[in-house]
Amino acid sequence: MVLGATHRSDIEEVVNEVVQQYGSSRDELIPILNEINRKVGFLPNGVLEMVSKQLKLPQSKVLSVATFYQMLSTKPRGRHVIQFCESAPCHVAGGRQVWERLQEELNIKAGETTEDGKWSLITVSCLGVCGVGPVVVIDEDLYGNVTPDQLPEILSHYS
Amino acid sequence: MPFFRSHVLISVDPECLKRGAHEVMDALQDELVQQGLNEEVQILETSRIGDPVQFGPDLMVYPEGVHYANLSVDDIPFLVEEHFLKGRVVNKFVAQESIIADEELGMPKAKEIRIVLRNCGKIDPNNIEEYIAEDGYMALGRVLTELSPEDVINEVLSSGLRGRGGAGFPTGKKWSFARASASTPKYVICNADEGDPGAFMNRRVLESDPHAVVEGMIIAAYAIGSSQGYVYCRAEYPLAVKTLNIAIQQAREFGFLGKNIMGTDFSFDLEVRMGAGAFVCGEETALMSSIEGKRGEPRPRPPFPAVRGLFMQPSNINNVETYAVVPQIMLRGPEWYASMGTEKSKGTKTFALAGDVKNTGLIEVPLGITLREIIFDVGGGIKDNKGFKAIQTGGPMGGMIPTKLLDLPIDYESLASAGSIMGSGGLIVMDDETCMVDIARFFMDFTQDESCGKCVPCRVGTRRILEILNRICEGNGRDGDIELLEKLCYEIKRDSLCGLGQGAPNPVETALKYFREEFEAHIYEKRCPAKVCRNLITYEVITDACTGCTVCARNCPVTAISGERRQPHLIDPDICIRCGICMQVCNFNAIHII
Repeated sequence: MVLGATHRSDIEEVVNEVVQQYGSSRDELIPILNEINRKVGFLPNGVLEMVSKQLKLPQSKVLSVATFYQMLSTKPRGRHVIQFCESAPCHVAGGRQVWERLQEELNIKAGETTEDGKWSLITVSCLGVCGVGPVVVIDEDLYGNVTPDQLPEILSHYS
Repeated sequence: MPFFRSHVLISVDPECLKRGAHEVMDALQDELVQQGLNEEVQILETSRIGDPVQFGPDLMVYPEGVHYANLSVDDIPFLVEEHFLKGRVVNKFVAQESIIADEELGMPKAKEIRIVLRNCGKIDPNNIEEYIAEDGYMALGRVLTELSPEDVINEVLSSGLRGRGGAGFPTGKKWSFARASASTPKYVICNADEGDPGAFMNRRVLESDPHAVVEGMIIAAYAIGSSQGYVYCRAEYPLAVKTLNIAIQQAREFGFLGKNIMGTDFSFDLEVRMGAGAFVCGEETALMSSIEGKRGEPRPRPPFPAVRGLFMQPSNINNVETYAVVPQIMLRGPEWYASMGTEKSKGTKTFALAGDVKNTGLIEVPLGITLREIIFDVGGGIKDNKGFKAIQTGGPMGGMIPTKLLDLPIDYESLASAGSIMGSGGLIVMDDETCMVDIARFFMDFTQDESCGKCVPCRVGTRRILEILNRICEGNGRDGDIELLEKLCYEIKRDSLCGLGQGAPNPVETALKYFREEFEAHIYEKRCPAKVCRNLITYEVITDACTGCTVCARNCPVTAISGERRQPHLIDPDICIRCGICMQVCNFNAIHII
């Protein structure tokens, strides 16, 4: 579930619930941030502040972890997140053409979100399904052997 | 522990029960007693084997792995007599399963030996009983009841097993260092952060045979004296994490994990930690920082993890494949394992074969096999009958190996002497239409992006290399760039903190070593011999072949093509953006690149 609204009270509830689930020790910081990121869609400033209080960690440390890992985002993301595998096996199998077409279709570049808030486009490191490259993942759906011409059809499945 | 020569797994999910699974089971038990086979054949209940509507009641007989389906009580006497007494498979009861093509693995190909992958695709990873039926946890039983920790370490040492994560450090030696550290608690860590692009061997093992890894880790824990372990798995592998968690839960229920394992006074438990997308976390010290909840930045070594690792305590960290092979060594003996491979590199190794090769997917071969055998015998040769140009071994920190070194045997030392590494086992085959400068740039783009930024040589150096490669590909290469690249590579390798920086220059260095003329063509002749780098190529209409059908002109996004209908067309190189669409749409092969 992705919470559209970012009301402070809603977020606080999520944070409390997740911290309770994992426990408030330092080594649970990454699982906690991962889970909140999944539930809220990204990590707003307020979250970092709340987590830092609950785990009794300086906010700077929480921020430094939140910005280090690719899957954690401190910026809002679109309703659908497109992950494009930028690894060598996909590249060799024609990934570059797919990647260029993808940016053209959405009119955004890597790491950006469309103005209407529908799509975010990010690159991801190897997903380990190299046998069917090039690979595009939209939300949790994986598409293999993608050609540039298939993209409009694939994208049309998402509202 | 009684020893059964055969194990029968009966599916007792609700659907099969409704169809009389328990009656079949009782009949089987009675018949076995009647034939005097109840001491030799063990009956176990399991969850579903196949599709119950199609097959129930059904059972699986191990070690043969025969799946009998649609059984009724009346079939049992005949089945017992034929299969268990006379040793003949009863074909009329064998389940006709729809064959699901396993493109990743498939049947073993020529020259393959499967040890790590032996259970993959054969057993249900979510059912511990199927693993047990394949002699699972028998090695653990032997270790805990017959061997001292020192014995275990000695057996692993004499098997010659070396770390399958890439560096190839002898596993037994690593364990003995961790054992020798006095401080407690100690930790056993499994590195399942398989981030190398093109490498998915570990993912497959975790998803298909998780208990082999769990069992290997328990044995390691016993050997070094640890009571807590972690599997650090990357977030890009959600299914592997899920399967592992199920496996750990089941192992706990069966008494293989937790307090007093198998009734001994040895206790050990295991937890899965998920990454959050950072390639550098595959580096062992960075991985431990990440488990601790910090940024995944490497630490200087020494102190090595065996002395001060996770939470500053002695830790043993090995790769998925290393742990997965341990139970087999303990079961079949170190001599057996050491009988495969070369003098210094024993056993088998899994590889992920990708790129321009006919059979892509996972393979497991004895070390010492040549690259030529892998590409042409196991891999079936180059796709589309093109020529071979290079093979990249060892992931983004590995090197490119050219045709003249195809007969190089694959072992840790030989690969290092060619300027590459074993790495975790990614093999990317490139055909003769690949531009080596472009590929070198591609790998550098990856490593500079994944550099964690802690040390200057890696953070700044990889960036500088990338800038130089970019300008060479764009046609702005300068005299002296090759020498500058060589100097940078040397210095980054020498001065970086961890394996990422120390390995990052390898692709560029080997490309320069084996394909120098391509760099020279880019820089001095402003030409890309493989016709890949956009700024260095020109699309041209072959006048004699052009029929003037106007397809190219209609498809050109920048209207760079002109010409009358039924007259040869012309591409204006100043307008052309070299997108290649005209060449794709031309039905007469009348457009080529010069």
